Amino acid sequence: MNLECRHVWQHISGYLDHQLDPELLAAVQKHLDTCEVCSAVLDSTRNILILTADDRTYELPVGYSQRLHEKLAAVLASGSPG
Amino acid sequence: MKPAMANESALIARILAGETQLFHDLIRPYEKLVYVTIFAILKNETDAEDGAQETMINAFRHLSSFRGEAKFSTWLVTIAMNEARKRLRKVKVGAEDSLDEPQDDAEGDYTPAVLTDWREVPLAALERKELREKLREAVATLPEKYREVFVLRDIEELNQEETAAALGINVTLVKVRLHRARMMLQKLLVPYLKNQAPARPGLFRRWFS
Repeated sequence: MNLECRHVWQHISGYLDHQLDPELLAAVQKHLDTCEVCSAVLDSTRNILILTADDRTYELPVGYSQRLHEKLAAVLASGSPG
Repeated sequence: MKPAMANESALIARILAGETQLFHDLIRPYEKLVYVTIFAILKNETDAEDGAQETMINAFRHLSSFRGEAKFSTWLVTIAMNEARKRLRKVKVGAEDSLDEPQDDAEGDYTPAVLTDWREVPLAALERKELREKLREAVATLPEKYREVFVLRDIEELNQEETAAALGINVTLVKVRLHRARMMLQKLLVPYLKNQAPARPGLFRRWFS
């Protein structure tokens, strides 16, 4: 199976999530190995996901948990859930 | 049933039977999940905190409607997402979806930024911190339905089924929207990505086989 670039782009996300079936994966991989344009698209998309993962560790606001539980305490005291 | 889920089911049963104080313990593992979900949509700490409180209160009030078919965390995220949407609507009353927004059912109409020479884009390399700022800005500009899927899948790392359940859409649509979201971000961010974010397989196994 020979794929054109525009077909490969449709599968970038599936490729990154390891969701392509074996035949399609082989075709996409073959294309990526030889096409600099598509491998650049793949790399840049993957970098975005790496950055996203990197950004995930941010801190919660100071006192968030305490304020949440104080607020809940008032509600819980007022009765049983519906 | 996994031990954590069995434990949660037991907790929920006791809360419904009147031991309401146990609700504190039930939600404690998910405080961050709920906050991050809402913050990613609203981009405002105060609104996100208010929304998280409202989410937990709603979860308590409607606890009897949790049937245990989905995971409790997914159920909470559904409530959080609804809360975020409600608050977002207040912010931009009457705002319509953009006319040029691609439709989910149109196939193959979305092209990534193809700069054959993107590696040579002569922009000053941004600090990683600035790049993260660019990423957040870019995520904030995504149309809501794409942003929601991106937030749940790639920020929260929910799986496809959980994301589908939380948003009330099917798995195929999750895949389509996630792909669109990623390609939109690629297009927006490609000029800044030169030599940034080197691959670190040990830390981010998910994208490396």
